[in-house]
Amino acid sequence: MALLEVTNVNKRFGGLHAVNDVTFSVEKGMIKAVIGPNGAGKTTLFNLISGNLPLNSGKVLFDSKEIQALQPHQIANCGISRTFQNIKLFPGMTALENVMVGRHTQSRAGFFAGMFHLPTSWSEEKEIRNKSLELLDLLEIEQFADAEATSLAFGQQRAVEFARALASDPQLLLLDEPAAGLNIYETAEIARLITKIQSQGITVLLVEHDMSLVMDISDEIVVLSFGRKIAEDQPSAIQKNKEVIQIYLGDDDA
Amino acid sequence: MRQYFSLGFLLALVVLVQLITQWTDTAFYLTQLTMSAYYSLLIIGLCTIMGYAGQISLGHAGFFAIGGYLSAGLTTHNLAPFADNAFASMLNKAGLLVASQDLYGDPLLTLHPWAACFIAVSTALLIALALGGPVLKLKGHYLAMATLGFGIIIYRIAMATPYFGEADGLSGVPSFTLLPGVTVSGDFGARTSNYYIAWGAVLIGMLLLTNLVNSRMGRALRAIHGSEEAAQAMGVDTARAKLLTFVLSAGYAALAGVLLTHYNGSIGPSEAGIMKSVRYVAIVAIGGMAHLWGALIMGTLLNFMSLRGLFGSYDDAVFGCILIVIMLFAPEGILRLHLWQRFKKDKAKT
Repeated sequence: MALLEVTNVNKRFGGLHAVNDVTFSVEKGMIKAVIGPNGAGKTTLFNLISGNLPLNSGKVLFDSKEIQALQPHQIANCGISRTFQNIKLFPGMTALENVMVGRHTQSRAGFFAGMFHLPTSWSEEKEIRNKSLELLDLLEIEQFADAEATSLAFGQQRAVEFARALASDPQLLLLDEPAAGLNIYETAEIARLITKIQSQGITVLLVEHDMSLVMDISDEIVVLSFGRKIAEDQPSAIQKNKEVIQIYLGDDDA
Repeated sequence: MRQYFSLGFLLALVVLVQLITQWTDTAFYLTQLTMSAYYSLLIIGLCTIMGYAGQISLGHAGFFAIGGYLSAGLTTHNLAPFADNAFASMLNKAGLLVASQDLYGDPLLTLHPWAACFIAVSTALLIALALGGPVLKLKGHYLAMATLGFGIIIYRIAMATPYFGEADGLSGVPSFTLLPGVTVSGDFGARTSNYYIAWGAVLIGMLLLTNLVNSRMGRALRAIHGSEEAAQAMGVDTARAKLLTFVLSAGYAALAGVLLTHYNGSIGPSEAGIMKSVRYVAIVAIGGMAHLWGALIMGTLLNFMSLRGLFGSYDDAVFGCILIVIMLFAPEGILRLHLWQRFKKDKAKT
């Protein structure tokens, strides 16, 4: 049983058919990548899954439950967490506080409990803090816990974003171009972290430009071109796929 | 924990100021300090929605006026001619009406201040709920414009409705006995007790809000301020969180309006004016936006100076200037300039 099933999904922006009848599925425990040249509709597809964009037609099933009509925060509550291409950490908050916000779906205390500082929320608050520190530790950035998140180096910010996304104990983690803006060393570092996340039993779906990262860590790859899925296979097979080579390297006759 | 220490410090300061005015025979300052306290109550509420959740409101004088005007209207308008009315007699039997006599000895039947306060604050909350639902979908300038529009509507209603006294406003608002022996009134003899009532209200208000901003929901609010999209992706129901915070801050404003109106014994349309809303926004900015203590300190200080008449007829202009200067040179607020540390650094250099 696939964890995430995307079935005949369509998205149009005016005359542009950004995502055209795309179907694929993600099995539990794997790292799956969506690749494609610029404008292929990767990020759009991503935003359709995370609920940030409404889709025109098609279905998105998560854990056999339809989620395509849900709001982003409801989708997050289903167990899907995400990161952003242009890192969106909360400014003015420490790295630890950022990760603590990620624990939102796993905690209850509301306005009333907050204002009156009810004893029921004390143990929860402690749990949020401990879990967040644990995640900073897992992503090897525990020494930056009390630093303002947006003042960290780019690669570290990305790690904080990973930790924040993991704080909700997601079943599925969506990574939007995790290597964007990183140098080769930082990219290798991120690749290692992603496999570390997978080893925690979390399924990963990522959109990526950086071929080296994708080929190294993914179990399966979906290739998009002009909104259509043109291939779906294991990395070794994708590397040999004629059509994929053509869209990435151009035609022999051209 | 730190916030309890700060609140304790504030309490000590409040007592100290009162004692100083007593020793130096300057108790007249307490009147303006009491009024400033009520304005500060509104300002810390506004600070929560504007500074923490990042949603600007140029309509908070409107909520203040809803509280003040409704409470004033309901406690001053005579119900005696309608005493036989089924609804009025039902209220009377429920003990919600107060019978007294006016200046000429005619019977006066008015709503009990507690009942009026309840109606005034709940009306403000309901209006905030109805307004916030659609309006908080807007962002930035658009939200500012929409809330400004709301403020103008309330101002015009206050100016045009005979029930609210039109341009004259309402006067003769009775005192408000909160608890036996604890009465909000402008009587000369009740000056000190009212000073403590007002600052007690601010202390409780601060306690609740400092708790809130340090809680799970407080973090969610700051997250919304930083990036609404990312906050949603973390599972925060941003629309609901913004709406509840807006309603909460409107409640603070309305309560401040009710209490100040009973203290002053009157309310006029200037309390609903746009310049009042601008002033509140300016004070939150001067305090450093997401900074409850900054908002409280600046709110008290500037309102006190304004009420003492230090700015003369340039009152509104002074607040306009302050807003411009703050935005240009200290967008993080005055308290975050860390002047003392800079001073120390400069000294170390020389």
